[in-house]
Amino acid sequence: MIRKVRTHINQNEPLLFERSSPGKKAYQLPPLDVPPVDPAAALGAENVRREIAGFPEVSEVEIIRHFTRLSTWNYAIDLGLYPLGSCTMKYNPRVNEYVARIEGLAQAHPYQPEQLAQGAMRIQVCLEELLAEITGMDAVTVQPAAGAHGELTGILLVRALLESRGDARKKVLIPDSAHGTNPATAAIAGYQVESIASNAEGMVDLADLERHLDRDVAALMVTNPNTLGIFERDIARVSGLLHSRGALLYMDGANMNALAGLARPGDFGIDVMHLNLHKTFSTPHGGGGPGGGPVAVKREFEPFLPVPRIAKDNGRLHYDYDRPQSIGRVRAFYGNFGVLVRALAYILAHGGDGLRNATLDAVLNANYVRKHLEGCYDLPYPSPSLHECVFSDARQAALGVRTGDIAKRLIDYGFHPYTVSFPLIVQGALMIEPTETEDKRELDLLIDALRSIAAEARQDPELVRTAPHNTRIRRVDEVAAARRPVVRWKPG
Amino acid sequence: MRYLPKSDSERREMLASMGLDSIEDLFSHLPEELRLKRPLQIPPGKSEYEIIEYFRERAAENANGYSSFLGAGAYYHFRPVIIDSLISRGEFLTAYTPYQPEISQGTLASIFEFQTMICELTGMDVANASMYDGSTALPEAVMMACRITGRDRAVVARSVHPEYREVHRTYARHQGLPVDEAPYDKETGSVDVERLEGLVNEQTAAVVLQSPNFFGVVEPVQKAARIAHEKGALLIVVFTEAVSLGLLQPPADADIVAGELQSFAISPSYGGPYVGILAAKEKYIRQMPGRLVGQTTDKEGNRAFCLTLATREQHIRREKATSNICTNQALIALMATIFMSVYGKQGLRELAEQNLAKARYLAGALEARGSRPRFSGPFFNEFVVQCGERNPAEINRRLLERRIIGGLEMGRFYPELADCMLLCATETTKRVEIDRLAEHF
Repeated sequence: MIRKVRTHINQNEPLLFERSSPGKKAYQLPPLDVPPVDPAAALGAENVRREIAGFPEVSEVEIIRHFTRLSTWNYAIDLGLYPLGSCTMKYNPRVNEYVARIEGLAQAHPYQPEQLAQGAMRIQVCLEELLAEITGMDAVTVQPAAGAHGELTGILLVRALLESRGDARKKVLIPDSAHGTNPATAAIAGYQVESIASNAEGMVDLADLERHLDRDVAALMVTNPNTLGIFERDIARVSGLLHSRGALLYMDGANMNALAGLARPGDFGIDVMHLNLHKTFSTPHGGGGPGGGPVAVKREFEPFLPVPRIAKDNGRLHYDYDRPQSIGRVRAFYGNFGVLVRALAYILAHGGDGLRNATLDAVLNANYVRKHLEGCYDLPYPSPSLHECVFSDARQAALGVRTGDIAKRLIDYGFHPYTVSFPLIVQGALMIEPTETEDKRELDLLIDALRSIAAEARQDPELVRTAPHNTRIRRVDEVAAARRPVVRWKPG
Repeated sequence: MRYLPKSDSERREMLASMGLDSIEDLFSHLPEELRLKRPLQIPPGKSEYEIIEYFRERAAENANGYSSFLGAGAYYHFRPVIIDSLISRGEFLTAYTPYQPEISQGTLASIFEFQTMICELTGMDVANASMYDGSTALPEAVMMACRITGRDRAVVARSVHPEYREVHRTYARHQGLPVDEAPYDKETGSVDVERLEGLVNEQTAAVVLQSPNFFGVVEPVQKAARIAHEKGALLIVVFTEAVSLGLLQPPADADIVAGELQSFAISPSYGGPYVGILAAKEKYIRQMPGRLVGQTTDKEGNRAFCLTLATREQHIRREKATSNICTNQALIALMATIFMSVYGKQGLRELAEQNLAKARYLAGALEARGSRPRFSGPFFNEFVVQCGERNPAEINRRLLERRIIGGLEMGRFYPELADCMLLCATETTKRVEIDRLAEHF
């Protein structure tokens, strides 16, 4: 039975271009207090364009209604649990939004004089210090704009350190359970990628690692806990093995929310790692960004960190650009400052104990869901779970119902789908991460929904295969979209 | 911890249902020697009141109540109020990436509108769902040009934003992609076309120009396009001041346009988050990095939108992807979309005209004091001024005493322009502020 939702009226809305009608407007500029200038005379007639033909003409109230109506077509964390494994969709505290808009922060210009930017600089330093404490690393850069950008920065740091030893090496090893950004990043950074098998427990296969570990290997990129939600028990051995061959250990920190306050990558042999501020530190996903991807490193990498670094001089902070060994800039200015503000507010609100308690609750929630779904779904790796658990559709596939179908049916029950078909080492994966910001009631609704769908798969598989049934639009033809891409509106 | 919704009795109930006594039992498999054996050295959790106080204190250590003439890649423009009202709706703010189209049509439709408006703004055929920012859009555009042409060299005008060039160098260096810099014309401040022509050859994948450039000067996009295309290279046009496109010809002769939309109602926010764009000619669509939204239908024939051409992307292609980029800047792109909707067909032009008029007034006021624009090329809302007797640092010091933040001292990036500063005026710059500034030149 569907308990969490029922359908209600939901407004139709055309695209803005279809609403547009000549003469409407939503703006009014103040009177110009200087003499007007003829654009053709000032810029050269050949440089001046005519109107922007395809921009809409709409009134203010239409804009408000347009976007409000569109917003009601979205699912959001404010509406309920997102069981998206690896994505960590947790509650986004509103005070974080409030503080990011404080005038002296929001209106700060990246080039305003350092003596008038001490507050902004202190925020960066404070966040860097807290992230170093949480990860057990020695230094942090907050310049990267997102997780994958942090990965790139991290791999460039690996390359820079190895180059300084006179041996940049050629390969990066990546477990077959890794996020797609890992191999893509290694390739962008100019490395060949080799895949490392997972063992029967879902962890890095040490024997396969040893086989691949030759003098050309620069680093292993590991996610810990990995994408199965399993802690890599042998991580310290893995680290020792790499170091003994002159290679480095990179960690994808996407799952840091399973460790904060309990274990620190810096203490288990990680050399470089990135964090996703929009995951562990709860900055809003916003429908796909902005994010933040700080990189934390051990001491020996410090000279290579992106410029500028903030240095302290008699209590005053200033930017240090004179860093000849730096990999260079990875982004203009100082990164996604507004996102840093939000992440810092999140950490301050939790404090050390709060971060630890959040981790405990995240792991409790994942294991609660696992325990109560084990009877209905196949659990390919029975190793203990931390913050997420991964089932497979093996039982349902036998009935012709796949993970993608179960995910779509979950929408009818009022939930966003879990992560579908990932990690790749699980055939037909259902990857579930509830996060710590869910209470028992919401978890029970999710469990009931997934149990109910498992029953439907047995009794009425067609119902599941054709889901969702209660949404504004039904299943979408993604194949047609890719075959003949229409990526902009054109007057019809 | 107030963001954790469970009561202790709820936790106990959950644990009991799992046959456990304590949450710690769930961590028993964590090797003892790898655990943190002390509390994190982070002060206890703060109340909302204390958090606001903390950030107010930090904000008070920044500039407050100053008038500012800074531009150089981050601009002060008026932000229509409805933008924050709309993007604060939880359905936009707290939604995930729209991989599940049936419950993400709001985000998808708004991105489709964004892509359409970016095409109209830039004169390109296709635009992606946005990039981290302008500075990272540039190397992504160059890497795209390398894939398209099968070549590896880029010729970048020295009049492109210096920090954008630095970011590009970081990306290029580690992939072994050589970069040549084309000088600017000492008179006009635009790219030295002859020298540019000399640098472009059969190995050149892309010629990169910024217009208006870092000096505020409009670049000869058509000429650069001819030079690039004659040698089989692509032209990439960058912009940092999107409002200029309300008035200036769109760079339709370019093959790829990579820019920054911060001017479209994004707070300067000390450098980010902003939103980059990447737009191109239609034939290059499959070589684009980043997310793309496409139109399609659902199985009942209703119009629907979804992420498309995902086979370019890292989660499908892994090491063979066009880029390692995963995220876009959806929420910031939404701000820009609402901004473009508010100003619409005529408004952006009117706004741009006001910017032009303010900057010209500023230039006139400084010239009357003996400080002339350094370059003769046409400029939009910022320009390089050659300071008279006093050096830029000294002028800025005097201005700060009067609560005015002057221009960017150019010596920082261009040693040969050490006697110059870059000043910007927008629709938010008042005439009285300009008059006050000019007194100190």
